[in-house]
Amino acid sequence: MSMLELLGVSKSYGEGSTQVHALRDVSLTVDEGAMVAVMGPSGSGKSTLLTIAGTLEAPSSGEVLIAGQPVSTVSRGTKAALRRRVIGYVFQDFNLLPGLTAAENVSLPLELDGLSARKARVAGLKALDRLGLGGRAAHYPDQLSGGERQRVAIARAMVGDRRLLLADEPSGALDSANAQAVMHLLHDACKEAGMTAVVVTHDAQLASWADRVVFLRDGQVTDQTDPAPGPESLLHTEPNQ
Amino acid sequence: MSVRHAMLALLSEGPKYGLQLREEFEARTGEVWPLNVGQVYATLQRLERDGLVESDGTSDEGPRKAFLITPEGEQELARWLRRPPDLSSPPRDELVMKVLVALYVPAADVHAVIQAHRRYLVELMQQWTRIKADDTGSDLSMSLAVDAELFRLDSVVRWLDAAEARVNRAAAEPSAIRMSEDEAPAPLPWRRRGAGVRR
Repeated sequence: MSMLELLGVSKSYGEGSTQVHALRDVSLTVDEGAMVAVMGPSGSGKSTLLTIAGTLEAPSSGEVLIAGQPVSTVSRGTKAALRRRVIGYVFQDFNLLPGLTAAENVSLPLELDGLSARKARVAGLKALDRLGLGGRAAHYPDQLSGGERQRVAIARAMVGDRRLLLADEPSGALDSANAQAVMHLLHDACKEAGMTAVVVTHDAQLASWADRVVFLRDGQVTDQTDPAPGPESLLHTEPNQ
Repeated sequence: MSVRHAMLALLSEGPKYGLQLREEFEARTGEVWPLNVGQVYATLQRLERDGLVESDGTSDEGPRKAFLITPEGEQELARWLRRPPDLSSPPRDELVMKVLVALYVPAADVHAVIQAHRRYLVELMQQWTRIKADDTGSDLSMSLAVDAELFRLDSVVRWLDAAEARVNRAAAEPSAIRMSEDEAPAPLPWRRRGAGVRR
């Protein structure tokens, strides 16, 4: 089943001679449990694609389906519920609230959604544990390293029953080792926890964690990788001298 | 890396049998460089002839013949470890050539050429990264070898990205392009220098 579908999505800003086409007729299907990376230079429309996929912005034309549900036909309330319960967002600059501990940051979306503080806290701690941050639950963001902060942000994006992770340059502010670790976590979230992830990045090493890499240029999908053969094809080739 | 110096490195830990050397070589080069038995024994014979290793003197040429490194072998190994490989002249890079040629072929879409290569490289990187995803981190040599390959491929993707941006800028400002009928393109630096082309 596809978790996310974009059908002929276009997005333009402004009018007449100043009109900018951020996306042109983009179609993309992401199956449940898949990790897809969107690669492209700055200004190619990557972030617009993600905000439209996350229902944070409406397309100028075309349709977005989340878990089979066409977003344009649902009420504002249902759309808001999708954003609170189904979709998790991860941003480059983490966006953690400085006055809340790691556990409070992670459980906040559930509390806002009406869950009791106690249940939200239990779910928050579980999400932190899953990302190896159980021991950091009581720490404030400024007591955490950059890599740990992003792991808290991922835990917040996964907390509860969220199934679709949308990440915009999630490793952008991290060093190479932490950036790899974040992608490894997103990869495992898909393979082990059954999440679906769309990750926007301009970095090929990070994109290569995905099952499929979609290339965006001037607002259009220009290409995508074929499902890669297993890694064993790289090993035991011709003996070298 | 030469098999010769790899054998010296393995023997620097202590005397070993031929078959053992082959197995350890494969284990430590992260399985990315398989060897056949013949290569191992031919290399050991040459090392013995050059006085860099000694055998236990048995006439047996099979897997039970033991080898040990000599003081000359130790010195050669130390020299080799610190000797930088020759990176002074750029390798003749087929991919770079194809992108340069695409610029001047009227029917070629340089963006499509760049993207075809970019996709191939990213697909290869996906394969290497899958090894990393399954890796428990226990095999340090394997992790280092996979990282090296990923960084190498990544550098080519970065070059393609930079090349595409440069092509776009040149298209936006045609006057910035140096090509005109009476001005031939400058020879590539390594051609001009007349240096040997390395592959």
